[in-house]
Amino acid sequence: MRHDFSVRIGPVGFRIGSDWRAPITELESLYRDYPKPHDGVADFTVRLFARRSWRRIIRPSVEIGGDYMLPEAAPLPLRQGLLAAEMAMNLQMALGARRYLLLHASAVERDGRALLMTGISGAGKSTLATLLAARGWRFMGDEFALLDPATGLIHAFPRLISLKNEAIAAAESAWPDARMGPLLPATPKGDIRHMVPDTRAITAMDTPALPALLVFPRYGFEPETRPVPPAEAFVRMTQASTNYVALGEAGFRALTGLIADVPSVAIDYPDGASAIEQVEALWSAL
Amino acid sequence: MVRAVSDARLLARALADPASIVGLDADGWTRLLTMARAEQLIGTLAMRLDGLPMPDAVNAILADARSAAEHGRRAALWEAEMARRALFAVDCPVILLKGTAFVAAGLSAGQGRSIGDLDILVPRASLDAVEAALLAAGWEWVKPDPYDDVYYRRWMHELPPLIHRDRDRMIDVHHTILPLTARITPNAAALIDEAWALGNGLSVLSPENMVVHAAAHLLADGDLAGGLRNLWDIDRLCRQFSDEDPDFYLTVMEAGHRHGLWNEVGRALRLANQIFGTPVKAYHSPITVKWDERPKDRWFRRRITARDGWGRPTRPITGLAFYVRSHWLRMPPAMLARHLWTKWRKA
Repeated sequence: MRHDFSVRIGPVGFRIGSDWRAPITELESLYRDYPKPHDGVADFTVRLFARRSWRRIIRPSVEIGGDYMLPEAAPLPLRQGLLAAEMAMNLQMALGARRYLLLHASAVERDGRALLMTGISGAGKSTLATLLAARGWRFMGDEFALLDPATGLIHAFPRLISLKNEAIAAAESAWPDARMGPLLPATPKGDIRHMVPDTRAITAMDTPALPALLVFPRYGFEPETRPVPPAEAFVRMTQASTNYVALGEAGFRALTGLIADVPSVAIDYPDGASAIEQVEALWSAL
Repeated sequence: MVRAVSDARLLARALADPASIVGLDADGWTRLLTMARAEQLIGTLAMRLDGLPMPDAVNAILADARSAAEHGRRAALWEAEMARRALFAVDCPVILLKGTAFVAAGLSAGQGRSIGDLDILVPRASLDAVEAALLAAGWEWVKPDPYDDVYYRRWMHELPPLIHRDRDRMIDVHHTILPLTARITPNAAALIDEAWALGNGLSVLSPENMVVHAAAHLLADGDLAGGLRNLWDIDRLCRQFSDEDPDFYLTVMEAGHRHGLWNEVGRALRLANQIFGTPVKAYHSPITVKWDERPKDRWFRRRITARDGWGRPTRPITGLAFYVRSHWLRMPPAMLARHLWTKWRKA
């Protein structure tokens, strides 16, 4: 394709091709501290392209393609090209990843052990991960935690942090020095701004961590902490994994192993400060 | 160094001659893997290249593809078993087609092959009973559109696709191998009579009919999208069956003739020979079978290898020509006009 860029995020290499220069320039800038794919061979290819050649120029509209595609993916305007690239990369992971069980969870690490946070969109898993990272935890990822069925270890996938709506201001005040992508107003998911994870998250991204705690946060309630029974945690995690079914027996073993080894706790929280307090209390009681 | 090839001949060569990958650089590998994914041949490629020297990153990607193919094989066999149980009470042969048949029969064409829907062939007289039994066992209609439903039932070679409500897997129930509107009418009763029982209540087409079906699917139905995979099936089937029967190419051409598919089978084997080096054998008696390249073969090769290193389909004009051809083959002109008019009004 006319313009292209390769990057490795955690163990996964991507090659992004584009009909336009602009999204590639943004990716080059935001991912400048990341390494290239192992051996120069990307695991996944992503394409940002114009359906008709004139749509490169007139009302340019970015179609999303790649190794794995959804038939109904809607195109985005060119100014949201960075978002299109990120969506396409996530899609490759969600549909194509086989080496790891993909958990739709954010992850942070301390002392070699990982804290996983999972929940529906809006539960606060991204926000909590960035807040914890600001307090000394190592950020491992805000979208996917990669569970290796062979070792039971969590591998980091610290892609750009996709901040939405009010989370943008919260993260900007927690990380005043962070590098930010352009503000993308009025995307299909609201206002979005991408934040580069801190240097430590990137330099340590090849170091996996042993999972130690699985948290199901819920925002907007009085503080409460309760254990989640293993059967419920297992079922909720099957729903939070995009490739659980595709992995077959390996996925089942990996997930039952995780649930058996790691306590599962649901926390309700009214605000970030309270959540941090609850999580730190759980962690020190492990 | 490997000479740069910019279309899917790179993939075809790696499949036919795995040693050709020696000397590929990182870009070459990336293009090869991307093409293989786009052509749904990554699992096949992974099996073919297993054990050869390659960069660790490539090895890891292909190992993933092998385990995905193995999982796909198991799921396909399970789906066939589910259909067998559902159709146990219907007194008719159930013949597995395409990928599921290859893995169920343990053929080399099944090694690493991606398998989507379950395709089965049953006698047309049993169609109603088969449909009722599948519906009773949890399969449901995919297409609620009444025009499509009537169209399928009146003109197609299969029932409208059914999907299982729990397992989310599709089944295509065929009663012959080409649409009823096509100019060619294969002998479905003979396909069923000559099928080989697997011993578990399911059957597969006889070797020559497998190749005839693959050729019909590739060249007499559709626009050759995904054609490289179909042609690879043909190459694998022919290599295996000609090892077992020295006159297999004679048998398969005679079968093609019986089903009205002499030209299609001949062309499919020529293309397999040209693209994958399939070892075809010429005959002068009892019939004359020659494998010399024909002028139009080149256009089919252009279509089948129209894929670039980014996984994009290329040669849009060629593709459009084959798209028009597919409709021309599939139905008479007046019917085609009526069909497209209805579809256009609904779109």
